[in-house]
Amino acid sequence: MSIDKRIVDDFVANGVEFVTTVPCKQLAGVIEELDQRDDVFHIPSNKEDEGMGLCAGAFMGGKRPAIIMQNTAIGVTINTLATLIQYYRMPLPMLISYRGELREPVACQVEMAVHTKALLAQMNIPTYHFHWQKDVEELDNILKYTFMCNKPVAILTDANFWGGYGDQ
Amino acid sequence: MIRSEILKEIAPILRDQLVVCNIGIPSQELHAIDDQPTNFYMLGTMGLASSIGLGVALAQDKKVISIDGDGSVLTNLGTLPTIANNVANNFILLIVDNGSYGSTGDQPTYAGMKTDLAKVAAACGCENVVECQAEDTGKVLQAAIDSNKMTIIVCKCESGNAKNPVITMDPVIIRDRFMKSVQA
Repeated sequence: MSIDKRIVDDFVANGVEFVTTVPCKQLAGVIEELDQRDDVFHIPSNKEDEGMGLCAGAFMGGKRPAIIMQNTAIGVTINTLATLIQYYRMPLPMLISYRGELREPVACQVEMAVHTKALLAQMNIPTYHFHWQKDVEELDNILKYTFMCNKPVAILTDANFWGGYGDQ
Repeated sequence: MIRSEILKEIAPILRDQLVVCNIGIPSQELHAIDDQPTNFYMLGTMGLASSIGLGVALAQDKKVISIDGDGSVLTNLGTLPTIANNVANNFILLIVDNGSYGSTGDQPTYAGMKTDLAKVAAACGCENVVECQAEDTGKVLQAAIDSNKMTIIVCKCESGNAKNPVITMDPVIIRDRFMKSVQA
């Protein structure tokens, strides 16, 4: 089974029906998988804070949401995480492509990578880092944990997890 | 007419609907005029009233009205293409356009200058965009509810704020009673 299908299967198995995305090359396969499924509603966002607003609304409307985005988005969404998702105590699994880590070809990506875990720690956001493909085995438990505790939870997935950058 | 006068006039219409209300003085005004469990007051996160409202509307069948401001829509302008391309016929976005950032001291917004939010919404692909004067808001809002079509209303009004206390209700209580209203 492809890693993309495995991830979406885990989301669906945990009742996630509403997923918003802002694309990243590493996430292209997951986004394509989402678009092919009719058991999950995929709504692309123009910016990640907008996406978190959509997720907050979907949650209050009765659907389990998730957001898929790059780690650069942490820089965009600090206020939204603090004053919407955390303040109103809402669950939000965040599947995050962790750019700027090992096997990264673009130097500028490292500039946000070095802040990513520190920012998440400062926000008291439970954070998991997938480096090997087998790490995906933890996703099911992470999703259960997220909807148990009603918090935003970060799943950082680096280039090694996705198998490098191919021809980039 | 200023925003609080509009809210007073449309309060009987809003009363039976799920309402997501913009941060700051708009929420304080709605809370003071007619607090309802069906009202979701934004206490933070400027700009996301339309996104939250669209999320609620897409997730269930009840009507949802987001009360937004011109400044807040400008903050999250990417919301309009998302709304246009994900039609929820149970969603109404009411933009109270007073041409100013009301909660921060009435500084002018670009919507009060050259930028026409109704035209922006239409250019983004929104199909039912109605611009109205403040006095007609009730009539236009009721027509939008009755139409069962996703509608963007840009309500032109004067800038100014009523004086009301801040909302001290716990955010989790605001969220919980809103969710119970959704499920009721």
